[in-house]
Amino acid sequence: MAAIPHIRNFSIIAHIDHGKSTLADRLIEACHGLEAREMTAQVLDSMDIEKERGITIKAQTVRLNYTARDGQQYILNLMDTPGHVDFSYEVSRSLAACEGSILLVDASQGVEAQTLANAYLAIEAGHEIVPVLNKIDLPASDPDKAKAQIEEVIGLDASNAVLISAKTGENIPEVLEALVARLPAPQGDATASLAALLVDSWYDPYLGVVVLVRIKDGIAKKGLKIRMMAAGSSHVIETVGVFTPKLKNTDQLGPGEIGFFTAGIKEVAETHVGDTITDDRRPVAVPLPGFKPSIPVVFCGLFPIDAADFPRLRESLARLRLNDSSFHFEAETSAALGFGFRCGFLGLLHLEIIQERLSREFDLELIATAPSVVYRLFMTNGEMKELHNPADMPEENYIEHMEEPWIRATIMVPDQYLGSVLKLCEDRRGEQTNLSHTGARAVVEYALPLNEVVFDFYDRLKSISSGYASFDYELTGYKENDLVKMNILINAEPVDALSTIVYRKTAESRGRALCERLKELIPRQMFIIAIQAAIGGRIVARETISAMRKDVLAKCYGGDVSRKRKLLDKQKKGKKKMRQFGKVDIPQEAFIAALKMGDS
Amino acid sequence: MQTHSANSSQVVSPTASAARELAIYVHWPFCLAKCPYCDFNSHVRERIEQDRWRAAYAREIKRGAEGVPGGVVTSIFFGGGTPSLMEGATVATVLDGIAASFTIAPDIEITLEANPTSVEAARFRDYRAAGVNRLSLGMQALDDAALKFLGREHSADQARAALATGRAVFPRVSFDLIYARPGQDVAAWRRELAEALAFGTEHLSLYQLTIEEGTRFHERASQGALTVPDDDLQADLYEVTGELCNAAGLQAYEVSNYARAGSECRHNLTYWRSGEWIGLGPGAHGRLQDGHARIATRAIRSPEQWLAAVEGFGSGAEPDERVDPEAALRERALMGLRLSEGIAAAEFVRTTGRTIDEAFGNALPALVEDGFLVWDGSAVRATPRGRLVLNRVLAALLD
Ligand SMILES: Nc1nc2c(ncn2[C@@H]2O[C@H](COP(=O)(O)OP(=O)(O)OP(=O)(O)O)[C@@H](O)[C@H]2O)c(=O)[nH]1
Ligand SMILES: C[S@@+](CC[C@H](N)C(=O)[O-])C[C@H]1O[C@@H](n2cnc3c(N)ncnc32)[C@H](O)[C@@H]1O
Ligand code: SF4
Ligand SMILES: [Mg+2]
Repeated sequence: MAAIPHIRNFSIIAHIDHGKSTLADRLIEACHGLEAREMTAQVLDSMDIEKERGITIKAQTVRLNYTARDGQQYILNLMDTPGHVDFSYEVSRSLAACEGSILLVDASQGVEAQTLANAYLAIEAGHEIVPVLNKIDLPASDPDKAKAQIEEVIGLDASNAVLISAKTGENIPEVLEALVARLPAPQGDATASLAALLVDSWYDPYLGVVVLVRIKDGIAKKGLKIRMMAAGSSHVIETVGVFTPKLKNTDQLGPGEIGFFTAGIKEVAETHVGDTITDDRRPVAVPLPGFKPSIPVVFCGLFPIDAADFPRLRESLARLRLNDSSFHFEAETSAALGFGFRCGFLGLLHLEIIQERLSREFDLELIATAPSVVYRLFMTNGEMKELHNPADMPEENYIEHMEEPWIRATIMVPDQYLGSVLKLCEDRRGEQTNLSHTGARAVVEYALPLNEVVFDFYDRLKSISSGYASFDYELTGYKENDLVKMNILINAEPVDALSTIVYRKTAESRGRALCERLKELIPRQMFIIAIQAAIGGRIVARETISAMRKDVLAKCYGGDVSRKRKLLDKQKKGKKKMRQFGKVDIPQEAFIAALKMGDS
Repeated sequence: MQTHSANSSQVVSPTASAARELAIYVHWPFCLAKCPYCDFNSHVRERIEQDRWRAAYAREIKRGAEGVPGGVVTSIFFGGGTPSLMEGATVATVLDGIAASFTIAPDIEITLEANPTSVEAARFRDYRAAGVNRLSLGMQALDDAALKFLGREHSADQARAALATGRAVFPRVSFDLIYARPGQDVAAWRRELAEALAFGTEHLSLYQLTIEEGTRFHERASQGALTVPDDDLQADLYEVTGELCNAAGLQAYEVSNYARAGSECRHNLTYWRSGEWIGLGPGAHGRLQDGHARIATRAIRSPEQWLAAVEGFGSGAEPDERVDPEAALRERALMGLRLSEGIAAAEFVRTTGRTIDEAFGNALPALVEDGFLVWDGSAVRATPRGRLVLNRVLAALLD
């Protein structure tokens, strides 16, 4: 095993919006990875959703050539990671492919919850960390305060942090020098048998399945027969290459390098992120450590609006999963919605993004059912069952007791908003476990039921703190609680896709709020619509939507026929976007929006 | 055209049976000013060369007649735009042209849409002399403020005067009102409608104001500067309308049309019954039957381009279209269910080759059961409740 002195592999990690992707832009420019006319802001955020929302969802890898001040040529492999808590799994995977990290902190905001969470992940991964303070062009930036926070809250030496503006490009050369000087070179043995970590994979319409790897030992090149150790399948490498960020074929990939290969892989299911890829004829004995599997915390059903799309939905989910191993799916059926899939996500944003990608990238029209966390049912017969879908909840008399998942939440907030934040946590049945201050900021820890934070906690937190509070959480375990299933009945018919698990104590107010929300979301129709919330046989809330009384064209003569007929066709298309329950059309937004309610 | 005089050699005897009945729509695309709610093919032009237009209509009539040999014309309708801007001679040329190319039913109905400014009312006698026997007057409202809001060129008094002239000149007269205007409540409409009914005409067209895309009202509505009554108030206004008309002896034979029995507009009935009609003039649509198939005809929409095409190529037509059978079915339902008589089963089978039950499937009995439609074997009709939500009924029926 020898050091590969001219390579540096690093991830850029930070809290959401602290400027990671913008810094990546500047580094790409400084190393001439793209020409000026090819640059766009956050050029690595290549998906439409990323551009529209201004956030990174997928980690991206870029190989840059850098001539340092010492005159040496270096290969820098940069991994830009997402900042949002729902995508922290992307961060972990990137960290495993690198030896070091840039911990980027917005000097006008200071250390935030994901700064802390991601810094810990990097420390755990054994990374060398280069603190970089960004946005020093902003009048509100306070680099000294940010440094102090890095030292106090995270416990990292920030004395030689690099002060930059990713916007203006100030001090970018210093970042490059710091990377070369302070990060360790990767280790590896080119003559050893191939051992490569499968970091990511995706489906490309021209290339088929593309696999992103970090080579630890050995060499990957065209013609080599490789074996995916966990999948147990073998393939012959067809092409290898790197992203500069443009795709560029190379002769081979050696130790310390990060790049891709294709190998005529047809089955999406054959590539497991975290798998070890080795030489088929000379396999390594022990696979690389791989990744901790991600644990989905929010589940919902996804059903095609057009039942004929079910096979296409299956195929699309498989392709998306190839690109995002943190979401899970399995087939399910619903009385109301027919065939679909139960899908697990890392959070509600993750759920929204997957749903949106399915409709954009695969042109699928879907209905998502009410999201749910995973409950544990302890049955009277001594069995324990996991409940991923409220619709599957057995009769109450078979259940001895139920448990729900709890989390430990870390919230950082300027002191002036602390009061509101504490109240929010208490309202959500939180139990405070720690409270400390650095400067004028508080770091609060709470134990909270996951169910209370999954849906709208983050939005509420942002709004009560004018955007200043930040939040991170991890699952800690399960606790018993008095939980019941609440059914929603539309014109007396239960709609399984709208049933939820609620606390018995707050069931009534929750039911009322849900009925009110549904009343807003379901358009008036030809009939009176009764919306009821029921627990067992007991109705706890009721709303009615009055019938649409008039909907007819005032005028329709000979010249109007074609036009009015086309209007009718359009109206029919609109109706297709809804799902019929009995005679009632329910728009797809109702299923998810109904659950994203304010405090209840 | 003198429909009851002997100089028309093609008059068929009233006993002739199974003749192919035809309606003819003549579109005149010009107005004095564009009303802010109107999305019709109507244009304001400084000068109109009526002799060129006359000649063009005459050519189109000849061409139109070639497509429907043996047709008997049962109605003609001059619509617009503002047909009362046509010179008497122009109307006469069109009617004479039709009489020369088609067989004319002895009891033909010839309607002309007129706007009630005094200038236009002065031409009524010329129209009558040319053969027009029914007047449809665009009164729109009976109060000056409302007329101003609607952007009309006439006053309420002018409207009353034009109506009086019209009734003296034409054997049959109808007029149009637009109600459910912003701010109009039930009491105000009751008063206005009572006055309208007191005139005692045998036919009324009463339209609720519709905000059409591309109009100035639409622009204002989308900026929030104009709000029409909500559907509850619209329903109340509609119900009051039916009630008052009923009391005055006028039945709602169509969604917005009220008449004494026997005074229905025969021409418009042809549309709603999905009969056959020829469209003449810019943007005019026609529908012809070819066995069980339906043919849609359409003329060039722009007045100038239409005129140039007729003069240059001898035809202002766009290519015909064979309406796909499902679309034709939707058209039939969309039109027929507007009528209180509904869709006649026998006629339906004859023209489509399908029975009502086959065509509408399970949706029909479901809508019958829910009280939106009635189906008694001879006709499918909307109930009063069904007619008020006809758009929804159609969506459910034609799923
Ligand atoms: N003024 C100023 N704005 C900056 C600077 N760097 C980034 N920004 C802005 O900060 C916002 C977030 O930048 P991104 O680069 O998308 O942040 P990110 O960390 O990649 O965000 P996520 O990937 O969603 O976590 C954008 O509006 C940038 O233009 C800087 O140095 N100065
Ligand atoms: C084809 S228009 C033209 C008739 C004639 N030019 C006039 O304005 O009196 C026939 C009738 O449709 C009605 N109408 C037109 N646009 C309307 C709208 N947006 N809402 C309700 N009724 C309308 C008016 O009552 C009008 O008299
Ligand atoms: S409503 Fe009548 S007068 Fe007014 S623009 Fe339309 S067609 Fe012309
Ligand atoms: Mg980013």
